Amino acid sequence: MTESVGLDIRAPIGGLFSVLGLMLAGYGAFAGAPTPTDINIDLWWGLVMLVFGISLLIFARRAMKQTDAP
Amino acid sequence: MDGTPITRLAAIDYAVMAAYFLAVLGVGFALKRFMRTSTDFFLSGRSLPPWVTGLAFISANLGAQEVIGMGASGAKYGIATSHFYWIGAIPAMVFVGLFMMPFYYGSRARSVPEYLKLRFDEKTRTFNAISFAVMTVFSSGVSMYAMGKLFHVLLGWSFDVSVLVSAVIVLGYVTLGGLTSAIYNEVLQFFLIVFGFAPLVFLGLRSVGGWNGLTARLAEASTARGLPADAYTHAWRNMGDAASNPIGVEWFGLVAGLGFVLSFGYWCTDFLVVQRAMAANSMTGARRTPLIAAFPKMLFPFLVILPGMIALALTTGTGAGVIPAKLAATGGPLIDGAGRVVLDYDLATPMLLVRLFPSGLLGLGLTALLASFMAGMAGNVTAFNTVWTYDIYQSHIRPGASDEHYLKTGRIATVAGIILSVGAAYVAGAFNNIMDLLQLVFAFVNAPLFATFALGMFWRRTTGHGAFAGLLSGTIAAAVHHGLTLPRGAVAGVKGGYLGLVHVFPSELAQTFWTAIVAWTVCFVVTLVVSVATRPRPDGELVGLVYSLTPRPPAEKLPLLKRPWFLAAVILAATVGLNFVFA
Repeated sequence: MTESVGLDIRAPIGGLFSVLGLMLAGYGAFAGAPTPTDINIDLWWGLVMLVFGISLLIFARRAMKQTDAP
Repeated sequence: MDGTPITRLAAIDYAVMAAYFLAVLGVGFALKRFMRTSTDFFLSGRSLPPWVTGLAFISANLGAQEVIGMGASGAKYGIATSHFYWIGAIPAMVFVGLFMMPFYYGSRARSVPEYLKLRFDEKTRTFNAISFAVMTVFSSGVSMYAMGKLFHVLLGWSFDVSVLVSAVIVLGYVTLGGLTSAIYNEVLQFFLIVFGFAPLVFLGLRSVGGWNGLTARLAEASTARGLPADAYTHAWRNMGDAASNPIGVEWFGLVAGLGFVLSFGYWCTDFLVVQRAMAANSMTGARRTPLIAAFPKMLFPFLVILPGMIALALTTGTGAGVIPAKLAATGGPLIDGAGRVVLDYDLATPMLLVRLFPSGLLGLGLTALLASFMAGMAGNVTAFNTVWTYDIYQSHIRPGASDEHYLKTGRIATVAGIILSVGAAYVAGAFNNIMDLLQLVFAFVNAPLFATFALGMFWRRTTGHGAFAGLLSGTIAAAVHHGLTLPRGAVAGVKGGYLGLVHVFPSELAQTFWTAIVAWTVCFVVTLVVSVATRPRPDGELVGLVYSLTPRPPAEKLPLLKRPWFLAAVILAATVGLNFVFA
């Protein structure tokens, strides 16, 4: 998929979600937040967001390589 | 607005918000260098892939009205709120994609009012452009007001500071990157809402004992209000009679008023959403935009309505409720005519967020809320600056100037639109449910519109005079109908009845739906009659604007999954299925 606008939206979204995922997972793992529930939801949900963010970044990178190739 | 805040945020919550703000402004700066012409700025150069425009198409509508309003309605009306999606959105989204997009995109009109100019005449365009411009400023103001109030109550933030800071951020990214920036942020916001609210539904359902637990608890709430026990958990079963369902509407008013008039009037003619499809990179891309949007839209009830229902379930019975009571002037809880405590439904979703999320996730959930408020604002502002620049400024104030001049005008209009919205934010208030208010405004302005478009696109004999007379009389009819009726228990004034009282509706929504039905019918009949009495335009001028005079586009060789008709069939089948499951 080519983006003639010049900026692939998947890159900034992937970047933001990776950062947010790392922040949440890190906080859940180390800060040991007092949760109203029994699951460490910060840790698990942070990991889910990290996976999502990284996959968007991979897609954006792959698309960029394809447009660069003639 | 005094009182102690409900919760305090930890450093991690502020860090999550800060990361979001940086991303938003970063996208604006990265896009600035691509904004060379006014088409780049107002229509994204018609270059975006359909999945991007599709997600922006629903996100533009996913402002305060949706996330807070639908949560509030979930607590007020239960699963029947899904009618706003499965009846009130999906069919119209399929229709605009299949049948109307060829004319919007194909005519090369740059806005919905401009299509009216091409199809009819200048006065019809101007009427639509002005009413639309006023409405966008108003909606964006309501969105800001809701945000400022909410964050004041939840976190003790100053109302003025929240409104001003969000206004400045929206201003920043829209003036930098134009529509593309708004659309990109809408896509970002879409994912934030999904990731911010999915854990809320998960934790919420867990704490009430799953769907069965929810049903059992809501049966209690339902019987306490004198409704059948299954009224909150079944969307159709009690629609036969207005008195036995929480919406207070019978099925005909619902299907005709919401499902046909209001929904088609909004999704098929509102430039705020249509603009997103116009930014697509091809005709099939534009047609697929609303269809791609329909898939997540179909599933949104689970994300935005369920939290409201869960909040209500956690409020009934013993213990501290999730939804607080509305406060009366005396400072005590507000009591309605039947002696029950009136709940502040707009707080249902935010309070559930505060109750169930630990630090960290709370920051994410609140960021999703902030994002939805700001995207709602940005959506309105981008639609406003386009309509102002093309349909009011270029056509009436200064025609024939250079493209650079209009690009600059667009940037100035953005600033002006935001200043006006801030003004509107301070004017807004005094309604117990934001969505009811917006529906009322749509009923006056948008309800007659779909009659005009349907006749214009599918009946070549429709004339400009007919369209204008129809629109005007439809809008007046809406105001008159609203002025002569009242919802039960309301006093004459802003809720209606200001011209006398001839009928009392069982609920405010019933009144709104019937106002829309009246407006549409009057517009349809008047347009028809005046068109027959006036001189039609020659067929040659209407090619590309009217269905019967436009050659079908040659069948493109598209894979099955990209064909509009195939997507439409899948969406409709799934929607019917969902209605059966939750009937």
